[in-house]
Formats: sequence, structure tokens, C-alpha cells
Amino acid sequence: MVIGLEVHVELSTRTKMFCSCPADFGGEPNTHVCPVCLALPGALPVPNRRAVEFAIRAARALHCEIAAETKFDRKNYHYPDLPKGYQISQYDQPLARNGWLEIETEEGRRRIRIRRLHMEEDAGKSLHGEGDGEATLLDFNRAGVPLVEIVSEPDLRSPEEARAYLEMLRATVFYTGVSDVKMEEGSLRCDANVSIRPRGSSELGVLVEVKNMNSFRAVQRALAYEAERQARALARGERLERETRHWDEARGVTLPGRSKEEVNDYRYFPEPDLVPLRIDPAWVAEIEASLPELPEARLGRYQEAGLAYKEAWTLVAQRELGDFLDATVAAGAPLRQAANWLLGEVSARLNESGRPLAELRLTPAGLAGLVALVEAGTVTPTLAKQVFARMLETGEEPAVIVEREGLVQIRDEAALEAVAERVIEANPKVVADILSGKEKAVAALVGQVMRETRGKANAAKVNEVLRRRLAELRQAEPRG
Amino acid sequence: MAWRPVHELAASGASRREIAELFVERAARLDGRVHAFLTQTPERALEAAERADRAGGGRPSPWAGLPVALKDNLVTRGLRTTCASRMLADWVPPYTATAVERLEAAGLGCLGKTNLDEFAMGSSTEHSAFGPTRNPVDLERVPGGSSGGSAAAVAAAMAPWALGSDTGGSIRQPAAYCGVVGLKPSYGRVSRYGLVAFASSLDQIGPITRDVRDAAILLGLIAGHDPRDATSAERPVPDYLERLEEGVRGLRVGLPREYFGEGVAPEVREAVLGAARALEREGARVEETELPSTRYALAAYYVVAPAEASANLARYDGVRYGFRAAGATSYADLYDRTRQKGFGAEVRRRIMLGTYALSAGYYDQYYLKAQQVRTLIRREFGEAFRRFDLLLTPTAPTAAFRLGEVSDPLTMYMNDICTIPANLAGLPAISLPCGSAGGLPVGAQLMAAPFEEALLLRAARALEAALSLQPWRPAAELEEVAP
Ligand SMILES: [Zn+2]
Repeated sequence: MVIGLEVHVELSTRTKMFCSCPADFGGEPNTHVCPVCLALPGALPVPNRRAVEFAIRAARALHCEIAAETKFDRKNYHYPDLPKGYQISQYDQPLARNGWLEIETEEGRRRIRIRRLHMEEDAGKSLHGEGDGEATLLDFNRAGVPLVEIVSEPDLRSPEEARAYLEMLRATVFYTGVSDVKMEEGSLRCDANVSIRPRGSSELGVLVEVKNMNSFRAVQRALAYEAERQARALARGERLERETRHWDEARGVTLPGRSKEEVNDYRYFPEPDLVPLRIDPAWVAEIEASLPELPEARLGRYQEAGLAYKEAWTLVAQRELGDFLDATVAAGAPLRQAANWLLGEVSARLNESGRPLAELRLTPAGLAGLVALVEAGTVTPTLAKQVFARMLETGEEPAVIVEREGLVQIRDEAALEAVAERVIEANPKVVADILSGKEKAVAALVGQVMRETRGKANAAKVNEVLRRRLAELRQAEPRG
Repeated sequence: MAWRPVHELAASGASRREIAELFVERAARLDGRVHAFLTQTPERALEAAERADRAGGGRPSPWAGLPVALKDNLVTRGLRTTCASRMLADWVPPYTATAVERLEAAGLGCLGKTNLDEFAMGSSTEHSAFGPTRNPVDLERVPGGSSGGSAAAVAAAMAPWALGSDTGGSIRQPAAYCGVVGLKPSYGRVSRYGLVAFASSLDQIGPITRDVRDAAILLGLIAGHDPRDATSAERPVPDYLERLEEGVRGLRVGLPREYFGEGVAPEVREAVLGAARALEREGARVEETELPSTRYALAAYYVVAPAEASANLARYDGVRYGFRAAGATSYADLYDRTRQKGFGAEVRRRIMLGTYALSAGYYDQYYLKAQQVRTLIRREFGEAFRRFDLLLTPTAPTAAFRLGEVSDPLTMYMNDICTIPANLAGLPAISLPCGSAGGLPVGAQLMAAPFEEALLLRAARALEAALSLQPWRPAAELEEVAP
């Protein structure tokens, strides 16, 4: 299976690509429009410098080379929500080329090449059947919002790889801060070019374009379906057609769209209303210098610190977790232990509440403090969970909570011996079982001691004290 | 008084109200015969005049209160802008073109919107959906195109001056046919924002006036960088009047052979050569030269301009504004019907030409080739302007032809053969009356290097003074109806 992905990312600039209308998502239909984005006669586009900057930022994060000079072209096609009857895009001189992203595959890390990244403008939105009767209404608020299209080489070999690439791409762009990359809001859109060929053959099969995949899961399912469909068709001796198919999420199938007879001729030509853009290398360097640590690097760093790929990726893909982890490490916690908390208790809390990390009353310093208390043996792991819960309730420092609530671990042997004695006396049946050889029953006594001490006892010490006392009893017991 | 140029009217001592009334009255009385206007706006012209009279010394500019006619492809807020097309017959724009905004800021009042070939495509103003304009000098003849309405309005003294647009000669050729002055500025000199696009890389707005000084004044009012047009030049605007009278002594003027050859009427050739001799008498050094790529200019133009036009006109689909054909069953159907009924034959022909030239398989053969020719022509002009300060040619190969006389599109396209090269190369060029052929006006064209408008105007002014021609008077029939 050979897959190439074309990903559209909407840039979150304040204004549109070629006019000064607000580019925000939503708004009452047709309120963010002007002569330029409505393509009124006589209106002219003027490029948004910020959008170019954002595109360069994304391109450098994807290791692309930035062109010294780039130009815009007209891509001609008719659609009711395309106001000018053409889209301003880039054809033979894209802003950036030759990038790559590394993804984890079954055979280890692999580099997926990116052919090009170019700038273009979005179209409006057709709302079918929302007005009176059969009418189609048009909303041009999105028309002219800046996009980048990122085209990969056909380097992906399975639906899983396609998904991994898309996830890595999404995370990388998200880290650059140029887009919110929300698939459900359409600020990240993905089309796939899929073909299959016999293993080992280098000849490309018939290319099918799959559109309308609105989630990561949809991408994976649609591509799996398409591979299966194509393989079956070939097995039946059918000839595949070069076509565009649409993913039907509800039915879990791809359906034919435009047929080959309607292959589009976009009649690209240089946009005469705009002049070519010269990109100053110093500007590129400046933009690049302001990039944060990117997912690839962060992933590598976490793996080096001993995290498994899946653990590391979870912390990278959810940037707020990764940022929190780094801040906790900066506050003095070992990465491994801090990561455990974030992947365990913290993630569980977030899933439960459905709220973002920023809304939990937890600070990196607080978490680092808690890790330190566990490391020092001041609190047991069980106690630590209680302390954690209290931290979220009160927002207090863990040490303060431990102090006030007396949650310090009991390591004092004399104190533990007294409790052990009480437990042994109170459970003659269990003791008898142990003495008659049921060693496992010791755990029940340990549990009793823990309960008596409200979890504060050091488990190892309790074990030690109990076994010593039981040994004494065994010796004292007359053999029958 | 209507025959005097604007700078003389302004200095005449008449109130702005009197001047405006003069033109308003003439336009109301004479336009039935000429049909230079698609929309007359006497109230706007009179209002601006009164405002200027009230302001007295506090006027925004020396030209405040003077009326101006605007080609109807310049968008005007609240005033219908039709492009002489059924497609935009009722379209009232919500905004104003930058050039018009600048005239308004200088206090000028709009007299009306003038006729043109539909979407500025044509050389005779016969291709208007609202009927042709007639040449005021001879009502049986065309005024030229596509700014025929603006040229005729000035020639009939229904407007003291006007704005036109020039894509392949659309200001200069009608100016020549009507016996007035027409200036196409360098590409990028005047903002195209609000000019309904024909061919974006060639279009430029410019003045049509009674004399060269007026052209310099009007250009000064509309020129300069506009952040709303990415192709507008960020260069300071010189004072075009400052050195206007300095003459041509020592200037080198080239006469490119290719502009005087086959197809150029002998009387036209003679009149232009007479202009060359006049420049020589004034101290210029005139010399024959060659521009061999000129012969490819027409072909290149008729690929590039329709290609750009086909895209620029794609927006007229009946969805958001303008004409919408009835009875459509789908978007594709609506698109086809609207464009079939909304556009005239010439516009449809050029859209098809352009679509074809850009389509897969033909792009390299046509569009790309045309762009290469364009580069060649630009380079050739660059070399010529190292040897010459100016080039002198006829504006059009013949004088104005009769209405309906030229029905073959190719022959029609030949009328722009002398003017097209300046558009392909982005040069400034001016046409001014230099004599007559068969009793009709003949125009001489001067071209200069990009952004050398000041030099161009100075030379044109010297030529105008040396020739000291009487203004072309309109046809007797026009004046007969006058009281
Ligand atoms: Zn806008």
C-alpha cells in the first residue's frame, strides 16, 4: 500500500490572507466580509505578512527549505462558495519544499518526506437546505482565511503509518503556534492519495484520492477500507479507475465522487494582481530562532530519559502535559517519576473531569514537592495519592498537607510493634492459619496494620515486624 | 468657454457653480446624439461646485468644484457601475475606487459615468450593452475604444476632463480618434483598486483631457502608492507641472520603423512625421530606429489579455451580485445561463480565447510563449531607452472608422497595434492631436521609460505648443441643436 497525504492547515492569523477582515472561526454568516474577500468587481488582494510568517514558521518546523522567491498563482475552478472563480494558491514556486517528519513505525523510526508546503486562501461555506426549502445558503466568513497545504511524498505504507504521520504533523504544527489544528472545526483537513501494488514492486498502482476524513480514526479506517477494496477488486480481475472517493463515516465505506472524465484542468497561471515575494533569509532565521522545542526533539528526550515510546508520545501529543512535565522536572523532580504521575493520577483526573490541565489546582512545583516526599520516604505511595487528592482540593503545598493532617509515614519500629501486637491478638484465626503453614495469610495482617495506621505505616517495615513476631510465636508454640 | 482646458477655466474668474452648470447643461443637451454617458449625475457635479464656492480660500485643492467624467468601470459608492454590461446593469458598488476617492478628496465632482466597450474589451465603443457612443467630430464614426465615452465627452465639451482606463490603448486610441489628449501612466503609477479588472497586468487608469497641462494636473491628482493595490509602486509622485514648459532641447527622440510601415494610412504617417519635424525644430534630435519584436506584440497581447480576463470575469456567476439568469436547475446551469445571457459576444469570445490559451496542453504553446515575447519586448524597450529619451509613433494606424465598418474581430484588433507594446512593457505613453486625415483627427504617441511621466508630459507639451493646433470642433449637427 502506498499513501501520500495532502494536509490543509488553517493559520490562526488575526486577519485574512488578502484583506483585513477578521479570520476567526464562527461569527454570524457573512459578517466578516469586505469587497476583497467577496470578490466584488475592482477589489484587489494584498498579502498578509503575518500569514507568510506563520507559513514559514510551520515550514521550518517541518524541516522544509524556504524559497528565496515565491509567487502566487490562480487556480481556476467554479464553485458557488469560491467568490473569485479562482483560488489564489501557489503552483510552481511554493513557499517551501523538501521537508520531512520522523514517525515511529513497526520497523522503528522512519523519515517521511514532505514534498512541498504552499500558501493559499480558503473558500466560503455552503449550507445546504438550511434556508427556506431547498435553497443553498452561502457563508463567506471563511473565504480568504489563510491556509497552508502540506503535501507528503508517497512514503507511507499503512493506515497506521498515515495516522502516525498525521498525528506527528498535527503536533508539530500545534507546537509552532500558527494553528489550532482542530479537525472537528476544519482547521486541519486531510486528503489521501492511495494506491496498492504487489509487495516488492516499485511500479505505482492506480491512484485513488480519498476525501472527507474528519478525524484521525476516520483516516485510519478509510485507508484500511480503501486498501481492502482495491485489493479485492484486483483479485477479481477488475481494473481500478483513477478517481476521487469520499469517506462515509456512518457506513464505514468510501464512495465514488468525480469520475475520471471530469478530471480538473485548473489552468494555473501567475496571479497578476500580486508581485512575487522575496523572502529575506534573515527573516527566516529570526522566525526559526523563535520556534519552541518541537515534538520530535521532545519525544527523543523523553525516550532517552527512559520512557517507553507510547508513554513519551502521550506526553508529547498533549502539549500541556509535556510542558507540565518539563516544568516539574525544572522544579527538581526526576523525569521518570514526574511522568508517572502525569500519565497516571493526573491523566485519570483530566479524563474524569473533561477539563484542561490548567484548571486543575496543581502546580509543577507542587507535583515536584510530592515526588520529593515520596522519594524521601516521608509519605508512602498510598499516602501520596491521598496527599495528591488534597492538593487538588485545596491547592496547598504537599508538605503543608502532610504536616497538618499528620500523614507522615510511620517507620518507628516500637510504634509498629505495638500495632502488630494488637492485630495479632485480635485475629487469632488468621494467626493460627499462618502458623499451620498458610504463609499467604500474612498479607491480611499487613492490611489490618495499614488500616489501623490509616495507611501511614511503611509497608516493608510492617512486614518485617509482623514476620519477626510470628516467628517468635511459632517457636513458643508447642508442636502438636 | 467649454472649449478651454481646465487650468484656464479654473483661472477664468467664473464661479465653480457656473463652470459646472456649463458642462451639466451641455451634457444634458448634447448627449442624446453622442451617447457618451451611461449615467449622468448633475447633482453630484453641482453639489461639489457649490461646496467649493462656499469654501472659498479653504478649498482642498485648486481644482475643487470642477466636474469630471468617469469611465464606467471605475467603481463609485452608491452610484451604479455597469462596465457597459448587462451583467452589472444594476450593480451599485458599496465602495469607491482609489483614483476616484483621490479626485473626491481634491473636491472634484462627478459629472457622470461614461460609456465603454463591455468590460473595456474593444477598440470602438460599439461593444457596449447599452449601445455605441458616437464620435463628436463625425457622428457617423466611432469614438474609438474602450474609453470612447470619456474621450467623446471631453471632445464634445460635455466634460472638461475625464478618467479612462488603458489595457492595450483604450485611453490613447479614442483620444486620437476624438482629437483630445490621452495619457496612459506607467504600470503601478496609479492604483487599480476599484477599477473593474480586464487584464490585471496591463490595466492602468489615466486622464483624457483637452491639453497636456490638464493631463499633468489630473495625473498628479490620482498618482501615488496605494496599500490596497499590491502592484502599485512605492515611488514618490513628482510635481508634473514644475518642468512642464522646459522644452525638448537636447532630448533624443526615436522613430521606430515598425510603427510607420504597412497598414498605417499615408496621411497618418505624414501627420506624425510632421510632429517629428516640429520636435526637431524645438531642438530635439530625432532619429529612426528599430524595435523588431513589435510585430509579435499584438499576438502576445491577444493571449495574455484574454487569459487574465477569463479568470477576472469568472466571478460573474449570478450568485452574489449582478445579473442572474432565470430558470437554472443547478449551479453549473446557473453559471452557464447567466454568462451566456449576461455577457456580449466580444466578451464571450475573449473568455473562450483565454480559457483555451491557459488549458492543459496549450499553456506552454500560448500563454508561456506570450510571456516570453513580453519579456523580449520589455528588454527591447529597455535598450531603446538607453539610446533615446522618447519614442514617437502614430497612436493608431488610421483615423476613426465608421460605425459598423469593421466587423471582423482581427481587423478590429489591429487598431491597437501601436498602443499595445507600451502596455506589455508597462511604459507611460501619451497621445495628442498632431494633424488630420480626411478631415478627422490624427494622434501622435510619445512613449518614455517607466515612471518618466514628467519627461513625457514635458515633451508632449513642447510638441503641442509647436503645433499650436486649434481644438477639434464637434460635428455641425451637434452645434445645430444648440440654442
Ligand atoms: Zn475581506
